[in-house]
Amino acid sequence: MAYDRPDAPERDVNAGPASDVAAPALTSGRSAAIALDRVSKLFGRFAALRGVELEVQPGELLAIVGPSGSGKTTLLRLIAGLEFPDEGRILFGDEDVTLAKASDRRVGFVFQQYALFKHMTVAKNVAFGLEVRRRNRPNRKDRNARVAELLKLVELEGLAKRYPLQLSGGQRQRVALARALAVSPRVLLLDEPFGALDATVRKSLRRELRRIHDATHVTTVFITHDQEEALELADRVVVLNQGRIEQIGAPDEILNQPATAFVAGFVGQANVFDGEVRAGVFHAPGMSLPAEGVADGPAQAYVRADQFAIADGADGVEVVVRRVPPSAGLVRLEVDSAGGRSFEAAVMRPERGPVPAAGDRLRLKVAGGRVFPSRS
Amino acid sequence: MADLVLPAPSVRPASGQPVGRDPAWVRALVLILVVGFVGLFLLAPLAMVFVGALSKGVGPVLNALVQPDALSAIGLTLTVAAIAVPLNAVFGVCAAWAVAKHSFPGKAFLITLIDLPFSVSPVVAGLIFVLVFGLQGWFGAWLSDHDIKIIFAVPGIILATIFVTFPFVARELIPLMQAQGVDEEEAAATLGANGLQTFWRVTTPNIRWGLLYGVLLCNARAMGEFGAVSVVSGHIRGQTDTMPLHVEILYNEYDFVGAFSVAALLCLLAVITLALKALLEALEPRETGHGL
Repeated sequence: MAYDRPDAPERDVNAGPASDVAAPALTSGRSAAIALDRVSKLFGRFAALRGVELEVQPGELLAIVGPSGSGKTTLLRLIAGLEFPDEGRILFGDEDVTLAKASDRRVGFVFQQYALFKHMTVAKNVAFGLEVRRRNRPNRKDRNARVAELLKLVELEGLAKRYPLQLSGGQRQRVALARALAVSPRVLLLDEPFGALDATVRKSLRRELRRIHDATHVTTVFITHDQEEALELADRVVVLNQGRIEQIGAPDEILNQPATAFVAGFVGQANVFDGEVRAGVFHAPGMSLPAEGVADGPAQAYVRADQFAIADGADGVEVVVRRVPPSAGLVRLEVDSAGGRSFEAAVMRPERGPVPAAGDRLRLKVAGGRVFPSRS
Repeated sequence: MADLVLPAPSVRPASGQPVGRDPAWVRALVLILVVGFVGLFLLAPLAMVFVGALSKGVGPVLNALVQPDALSAIGLTLTVAAIAVPLNAVFGVCAAWAVAKHSFPGKAFLITLIDLPFSVSPVVAGLIFVLVFGLQGWFGAWLSDHDIKIIFAVPGIILATIFVTFPFVARELIPLMQAQGVDEEEAAATLGANGLQTFWRVTTPNIRWGLLYGVLLCNARAMGEFGAVSVVSGHIRGQTDTMPLHVEILYNEYDFVGAFSVAALLCLLAVITLALKALLEALEPRETGHGL
């Protein structure tokens, strides 16, 4: 069965009880809720994950971001037991669940396309995990009470008797969330939970998820390809690229101290400038940036749009404003530099004087950014 | 036919035809062709069966149907269908489930294999069984040693019918289950359901309409199968004659009223099956979702 255990990988080591295997290579003080120990997964010859090491702390809200094909869905499905790794171990606390079936892991999984049971009412959907329980199955009264409690949590009290097809996308995703929470999961996994929703619903559901997480404190891992969503919602963010983890850190750290050029480009959506590092300083026409620890030679500076400012003097990059899309807060400028490069800047609205307009010539100075050696 | 009749356009701009609408004469021609074809090749023969049967009144028809040989043929046909259809329903669900929800080496080959009974002539299918189970066949000696009769007996008829009607249920379910994907099953698994619970509570409710549909088509064919059954049956009157075979025998004996009477009953069973199918289609809840 595809959802049971299609091809349990051959394992002779590490398969014993958790007590007599070595601790994962990376260990923090307390025991992690979930630990992935050098996990790899191949699909045919395509390596979806390569040696991923990850610890999820109890009660945290962790986001996994990455472009499509980076392996983030595979990572989530491995944790859920919907796929099985070719190498490495997966631990829930001290328990080795690497080969445990999905149905034995007690995880809550929320699918991008909801995957609600179409032929069951909302209440039946939410109660499903309780009804199929073979041990400690709560009686009808307790089940109904639990369903009512969860529907209240996701603010769908009036809709218990409806069928999924009678609900809006946002409502369906709330049902899916309630259904996943019903089994009191050890970890809640969400696969692009807001991917199929429109922008407004997305925003409100995002806040909703944070509220529900704060109310339940269930360890939560969610996937998104939207870096903004990850930064806004998560306690920590994992950036995944081509099956490897590029960086793990707090949102602020990911944004301001990107560990790799990929993180700077993907999460910060930074503009890239070619230049040269000499004695720890990056030089490019009109800009210089500290570049400690970067060897002398060709390098690239990753500068986010909001790291530009309009220069008063004669320094900075000389640009011609091409377009000023209307926006609240920062003024967004689409500019062309003298060298023929186009990039985006977002600068403070001037206290006095006019806002730059299309056709204006001005100089932009660089107030921050990260320098990485050029990839040959 | 009702949905084939296009409403006359109430508004027609002077500038020309509304986009996407064919000229009136084209529509009329297509309609006449379709209605004519259906009438000539489907309705007229069906009507002729009943006309032929009733040509000498109702009495002879009833008389023909209560002949011991006729009653035996009716009984055998219903028995064969009652065994073959449930078995094929189970096989079909298993095959569709394996093909649609799982990936394994040789899957494409299995799908092709499921279609084999459709592409092989039923006569050849019958011959295959004779070659396998007949006296000169692989198991012939062993079977006759143990006094088991398959060919020229009821078991052979059932086997041939199962073979010929195998694809109906599987073919109906495979596209349906493929379209549904495995999301709901995976959701059930993460919620703690085991394989059996998932199958009964999640998979089956999602395919029940398709399954009923497939079963009805399978049933219609099981009752009507002639070629394969003809080869393995041996045409022993009162023993291994099914309704279609009995029709042929009566016809060859110039008992036209008798032949048409049995044929009419067979048609009636088929029409009832199709009516049930149409009823199910009307009852099936649409995606607008007012539950069940």
